[in-house]
Amino acid sequence: MSTATTREPQRRTFTAAASNYIDERTSVSTFVKELGRKAFPDHWSFLLGEVALFSFLVILITGTFLTFFFQASMAEVEYDGSYVPLKGVEMSVAMASTLDISFDLRGGLFVRQMHHWAALMFVAAIGLHMLRIFFTGAFRKPRELNWVIGFVMFILAMGEGFTGYSLPDDLLSGNGLRIIDGMIKGIPLIGTWTSFLLFGGEFPGTAIVGRLYTLHILLLPVILLALIALHLMFVVVHKHTQYAAPGRTQQNAVGPPILPIYAAKAGGFFFLVFGVLALIASLFTINPIWNYGPYDPSPVSAGTQPDWYIGFADGALRLIPPGWEFVLFDRTWSFNILVPLVGLGLFIATVLIYPFVEAWVTGDKREHHIVDRPRNNPTRTAIGAAGVTFYAVLWAAAASDIIATHFKLTMEGVIHSLQALLFLGPIVAYFVAKRVCIALQKKDREIVLHGYESGRIVKLPGGEFIEVHQPLDEYDRWKLVSYESYEPLMIRPNARGKITVGQRLRAGMSRWFFEDRIAPVTKGELEAAHHDHH
Amino acid sequence: MNRSKRRTGRRHPLATAALLALGLVFTGGAYAAFSTTTAQAEPSPTSQETIEEGGKLFQANCATCHGLEAQGTNDGPSLIGVGAAAVDFQVGTGRMPMQMQGPQAEQKPVQFTDEQVKQLAYYVASLGPGPDIPADSLVNGGGDAANGAELFRINCAMCHNVAGAGGALTEGKFAPPLTDVSGVHIYEAMVTGPQNMPVFNDLNISPEDKRDIITYLQYVQDNRSPGGFELGSLGPVAEGLFIWIFGLGAIVAITVWITAKSN
Repeated sequence: MSTATTREPQRRTFTAAASNYIDERTSVSTFVKELGRKAFPDHWSFLLGEVALFSFLVILITGTFLTFFFQASMAEVEYDGSYVPLKGVEMSVAMASTLDISFDLRGGLFVRQMHHWAALMFVAAIGLHMLRIFFTGAFRKPRELNWVIGFVMFILAMGEGFTGYSLPDDLLSGNGLRIIDGMIKGIPLIGTWTSFLLFGGEFPGTAIVGRLYTLHILLLPVILLALIALHLMFVVVHKHTQYAAPGRTQQNAVGPPILPIYAAKAGGFFFLVFGVLALIASLFTINPIWNYGPYDPSPVSAGTQPDWYIGFADGALRLIPPGWEFVLFDRTWSFNILVPLVGLGLFIATVLIYPFVEAWVTGDKREHHIVDRPRNNPTRTAIGAAGVTFYAVLWAAAASDIIATHFKLTMEGVIHSLQALLFLGPIVAYFVAKRVCIALQKKDREIVLHGYESGRIVKLPGGEFIEVHQPLDEYDRWKLVSYESYEPLMIRPNARGKITVGQRLRAGMSRWFFEDRIAPVTKGELEAAHHDHH
Repeated sequence: MNRSKRRTGRRHPLATAALLALGLVFTGGAYAAFSTTTAQAEPSPTSQETIEEGGKLFQANCATCHGLEAQGTNDGPSLIGVGAAAVDFQVGTGRMPMQMQGPQAEQKPVQFTDEQVKQLAYYVASLGPGPDIPADSLVNGGGDAANGAELFRINCAMCHNVAGAGGALTEGKFAPPLTDVSGVHIYEAMVTGPQNMPVFNDLNISPEDKRDIITYLQYVQDNRSPGGFELGSLGPVAEGLFIWIFGLGAIVAITVWITAKSN
């Protein structure tokens, strides 16, 4: 007993001893001290990237389980599993093993569904995260490169999704691959060669599932993981952005430190995301390959669509009017495929280079760690709204047949409306968003200068009725007045006394961006307004 | 004496009740058998009475569009030679009499009793030879579901969707969902090709293959998805909408909750 009592203080310091042991051998304490004290500003929208990260972890965990049982072979077998309506049907080993995972492996269907739902969540969370970054201007210096990394990850995530969707070798995914094959073959000169290289001969061949599997479980995840590490390192290096508030400057980051509060929250949040995905996977069917059956090039089911993140590309193909394919110089020119390919390429490239374009237009070389409220940069928000509308129309077009049946419309009517909307929608969205932003800015200005309407009516001695305006407190006012508003750039001759085309373009762009502007309330205006009231 | 005998077990105390129950079952069963045999006296295809009754129903309900002799008018096609199967399908699913002219005849509550539907069918069948209402053995399952599923994917899924959820056609027409269609009506649709559906005759798909297709569809009707709720069996569109609205919606609600300021 006496030994036990003497050991008591030692036992209490076991954590300290262990930490010391590790620290003496790894010098980890400097790292923990540095990282653990990093502040992470609190806002719900700052967690969207984490949702993507956590969904990716769920995908890794469930995907590892699936690799134990999935066989990426296109050898033909006769299915002999539990699902009656496919018994005795010839199919590839890939399809048969996916069916076995679904019907003959304990928990297999649950894990498969969780993997697929998590994949949809992963790309959706990335999309929402990117929208948050875009609309708050969090891509500005010094974060342009991180935007590029994030963009590349978005493309890779779509690649991961598409390769995974194609692995079971079922009818739906086979049709999807056939469309990809058709798009590749539509490219002049290199198309046919590329397709034969990819599929190892004429479509579908016997190689594609194995090749996609290597991409899906090795190459793409490794690149993604490396980019995630880089992405997060940049977040640490740059510090997190924050919204304007008293005490927050371009030099600091205000929020709870990573250790212990933020780490605990994030750890708990992982399990919440995991739980939501598990709940969805246990209750809702996803990709019922047993309905689709094995791939066979002849049948195509009604309602054949890709997963949502490829939908915009499918929609672009569906919106092309008939007759855009013709023969010239003994070659078939598939403009029905080339136009969407080039159009989508330009759209995606615009997303990629937008931060650099905006930086060039503003000519602003300073660092920005305080993010904008979307209303305070009306033109950027309007451009974003137009882009979202363009994407949404393409996305809706991928579901044109389902829209037609469910809303009792004609297919042609849906397609023609969407064709018109693809061009008119973004224009309308641009102007509506810009006007709404400017109106909100005017409202903010009004509130700063004259306060809230308090609802208290006072009768003056002369008989006049007035409503008392409640002035803002300083903390709230700070949030409304501290934003940047650029003035349009002036065209100035350069050192040689010339005005270059580039400068004209830049000045034009700058005018387009910042012509309609509501300047933040200045100190003088505020004092003048207060003077009026007192 | 009697009491002691009963107690010794020669007759169980509940024997009287059991006997009574047995008697009731026999009487009731015999009555039920008798009454079903009378009900089963279906309209006979060949009986003159059936055809006359059907003719009267036809004059009252169909002749406006199809003509007094079913010869067809500008508003409706001739029905001579369409057979009993076509009438049984169109009237038996409520598509006829048609509610309004449109891209295609919509389903609505059936307007006639089963007996009247049969009378109409046999009246039309008497006008000229055509496909007959299929035998029970062909329409109540019992075929090879795997063969049926394959045939369904090859011949039917491009319009009706692999899971029979239906799909869009041109100009407002559509292939209806097959999730609650009876075997008889599926068979009749295949042999008569209603609305925009092509005819699948016996040389194209043999009666046994048709039975297999029906077997598959009934398997899908009876066995709901092993993966949980099907979201309408609409495929990736429904899944994408679900993850954005409910999946990401739930997650965003959680992020708001996590970052909410404590009071």
